[in-house]
Amino acid sequence: MSIAQRRIGDVILKLDNISLAFGGVKALTDISFDVREHEVRAIIGPNGAGKSSMLNVINGVYRPQKGMITFRGKERHDMDTHDAAVQGIARTFQNIALFRGMTVLDNIMTGRNLKMKSSFLAQAIWLGPARREEIANRAKVEEVIDFLEIQHIRKTPVGRLPYGLQKRVELARALAAEPSLLLLDEPMAGMNVEEKQDMCRFILDVNDQYGTTIVLIEHDMGVVMDISDRVVVLDYGRKIGDGTPDEIRRNQAVIDAYLGVAH
Amino acid sequence: MEERLDTFPRLLGHHARVRPMHPATREKDLGIWQTWTWGDVAVEVRALACGLAAQGFKRGMHLAIIGDNRPRLYWSMCAAQVLGGIPVPMYQDAPAADLAYVLNDAEIAYAIVEDQEQVDKLLEVQSQVPTLAHIYFDNNRGLRNYQTVTSYDRLQEIGREFDAAHPGFYDAEVALGDTNDTAIMLYTSGTTGKPKGVCQTHHALISAARGGIEFDHLTADESILSYLPMAWVGDNLFSYAQAFVVGFTINCPESGDTVMTDLREIGPTYYFAPPRVFENLLTQVMIRMEDAGAIKRGIFHHFMAVARRCGAEILDGRPVGTGDRLSYALGNLLIYAPLRNVLGMSRIRVAYTAGAAIGPDLFRFYRSIGINLKQLYGQTETCAYVCLQPDGGVKLDTVGMAAPNVELKIGDNGEVLVRGPMLLKEYYKRPADTAESIDADGFFRTGDAGFFDDDGQLKIIDRAKDVSKLASGAMYAPNYIENKLKFFPHIKEAVAFGAGRDRVCAFINIDIGSVGNWAERRGLAYSGYTDLAQKPEVRQLIRECVEQVNAELAGEAGVAESQISRFLILHKELDPDDDELTRTRKVRRGFVAEKYGVLVDALFGGKKMEHIKTLVRFEDGRTNMVAADLVIEDAKTFPPPGKIAA
Repeated sequence: MSIAQRRIGDVILKLDNISLAFGGVKALTDISFDVREHEVRAIIGPNGAGKSSMLNVINGVYRPQKGMITFRGKERHDMDTHDAAVQGIARTFQNIALFRGMTVLDNIMTGRNLKMKSSFLAQAIWLGPARREEIANRAKVEEVIDFLEIQHIRKTPVGRLPYGLQKRVELARALAAEPSLLLLDEPMAGMNVEEKQDMCRFILDVNDQYGTTIVLIEHDMGVVMDISDRVVVLDYGRKIGDGTPDEIRRNQAVIDAYLGVAH
Repeated sequence: MEERLDTFPRLLGHHARVRPMHPATREKDLGIWQTWTWGDVAVEVRALACGLAAQGFKRGMHLAIIGDNRPRLYWSMCAAQVLGGIPVPMYQDAPAADLAYVLNDAEIAYAIVEDQEQVDKLLEVQSQVPTLAHIYFDNNRGLRNYQTVTSYDRLQEIGREFDAAHPGFYDAEVALGDTNDTAIMLYTSGTTGKPKGVCQTHHALISAARGGIEFDHLTADESILSYLPMAWVGDNLFSYAQAFVVGFTINCPESGDTVMTDLREIGPTYYFAPPRVFENLLTQVMIRMEDAGAIKRGIFHHFMAVARRCGAEILDGRPVGTGDRLSYALGNLLIYAPLRNVLGMSRIRVAYTAGAAIGPDLFRFYRSIGINLKQLYGQTETCAYVCLQPDGGVKLDTVGMAAPNVELKIGDNGEVLVRGPMLLKEYYKRPADTAESIDADGFFRTGDAGFFDDDGQLKIIDRAKDVSKLASGAMYAPNYIENKLKFFPHIKEAVAFGAGRDRVCAFINIDIGSVGNWAERRGLAYSGYTDLAQKPEVRQLIRECVEQVNAELAGEAGVAESQISRFLILHKELDPDDDELTRTRKVRRGFVAEKYGVLVDALFGGKKMEHIKTLVRFEDGRTNMVAADLVIEDAKTFPPPGKIAA
């Protein structure tokens, strides 16, 4: 089976000396790393290391006290969540943030929110341009549904789906926004081996077919080592490793962080 | 110029002229049903045929077709036939090794396949199949970086260029086709030994199609769901031959998982399904009814009793009392019509089943709620066209009368013999097998044992070579016993052993859906198929089924001695990927007896328990060992009323 050579490009996201604190709790201290276009970057570390906080900073949910974020050449101290979405950053959440009462199709359509330009009134009365726009967006959503193989649950309310499928729908919603940078927060949490393999395949397909840059937080070392191009390791809010999977595997600081050190 | 509509390409041209705007093919894609008219299809086939010609495909060559039911794959079959080539559809779930065998046997150089899964399998075996040179794919997902394969779109592009450069080519090729040319080659499932390629001509398939169309008064307005494997002769008869002869619409579902919802959306008028599909539908209906409120359940059971009493008779047009008719009409309003709607069968004028025996209760259930379900009988070598049940003459335990233009008789050894225009031309490259299968008078040996009942309808007992004798000399037909067991929703598969033995014993596979539901309602927790199959409560449940079968057998002449005295429940389902079943889910008796020999010995040796360790092959080709300790149960047998003759 041929594996695509991913054309890894220039730096698309750069984080310089990011520090984030909640009162006395220092979630992130002086973190710097970069993400190149079209690569799969993993952020790993023991629980409480600050990985989700890191993702939230990139996404604009948290504003760091210190540091600089450079996305696509534009420097700023923090990202506005709306700006982040408009510029092509999409994400999934660790504990699933779908609308439980809505169908899978409707949930994924919400991912197209920023692409729909009709006014509120036009959509409410269902005028011509609004209808045409919805149909065009529906076609894109159907492509995503086809891509992630969830046709059979298109009309099912999300709340009724098993956990693994909910995660897939969450991924679909993020993909529907046609992002250039996709942030995945523990996409494989709570899945068995088969489900993990499916999810890995989808993530790699997204990266291969759409060229989307992927930053993912993951605990399963097998998955991380297999699919990432580069890995950042955090521990207690600090960066303790940054490099290819092989380099990380041999990094003593990383090994100590995971296995513990005798005092 | 008189038109001979005797090949499929010429039939396509006919429909493109006579009903160019009539829907020919639909596929659910991106959430909506996309339609291609006969005019559209003619254009697509033309581009494809010219493309294949430009790539070197010649008269007499074989084109492999592998995938789910997709319009483009059906059109590929026609495109090959235009050029005088022969399409060879194959089972999409076959592992690479099985494909390699057929690819080599059919000397395949060109293949059109659905997606990356099939492409990967072909590339895997390409070294073993030296003739395979050209692979084309329909769905390009995952194939962006594959260098040696070409897309269907590109093939059509090449075809359009070729067509423009050689304007008379297409029509000339269509005119060259002869009705006695081989139109398609289908590989038989091979219950014993390797699969054989059955060559069927345009004439044979068109005759079989015409016969069925006249018998059931089918028109161009029919709509059918095409979801059964393209490699199976039945799908060829319904979705291809009959569609091309009379011009009706075939609908391809979105994916394997969505077939039932797609069925409901299309509401076909003409439908075929093997008995297990009807079984599964009924099981699901019954399970969901059990969850309904008391009032609904009460109404349901009341009207189902009415249907049982007179429903089938009303469908047959037989006399029924006025009181019953009124009850039935009310039942139709409240229960039967909504039920038909939920099953997706509101518009069905005729539905067929075949391939295995269907339980009389199941059969009667569908007829009693107004679905005109009938049986048919045939095989790959007869274009699936031997017997059909006529409207008004549907019996629960026969396969019907000889279809139009078919001659039917029973040979000296009880074997069913058939003659007619729908017989195979030959087994590919097997002249000895071909000669052996057709007797001196031109009758084809079906290999099934059967007899005519009092109304002249055919009853099939078993595969002729499986019918043997017990040690006592009494007749032993394992299929007959197994079918009775499989009529219970809890039993998915059964294999009986008894040839030359003093008693009959059986392996049983439980049905996880039905038994799982039964277990849940009793608060019985289980962790999977193997766990459930080994529970003592489940053994008790199955023992009751076995004993019921025994009681039935005791009362029937000639089979009273075939009652099952001992049985065990297998820890894993028999599977085609493990070579235990064929791709059409028929048991490979000899192979199973050998693989599970230690269990067979334990059954007949009187042991109470036996350890078994077997090799399991997963869908991606990896293997693993599965082991279990199986408990063997004795079942009660019943003395027949009066004395039995040996």
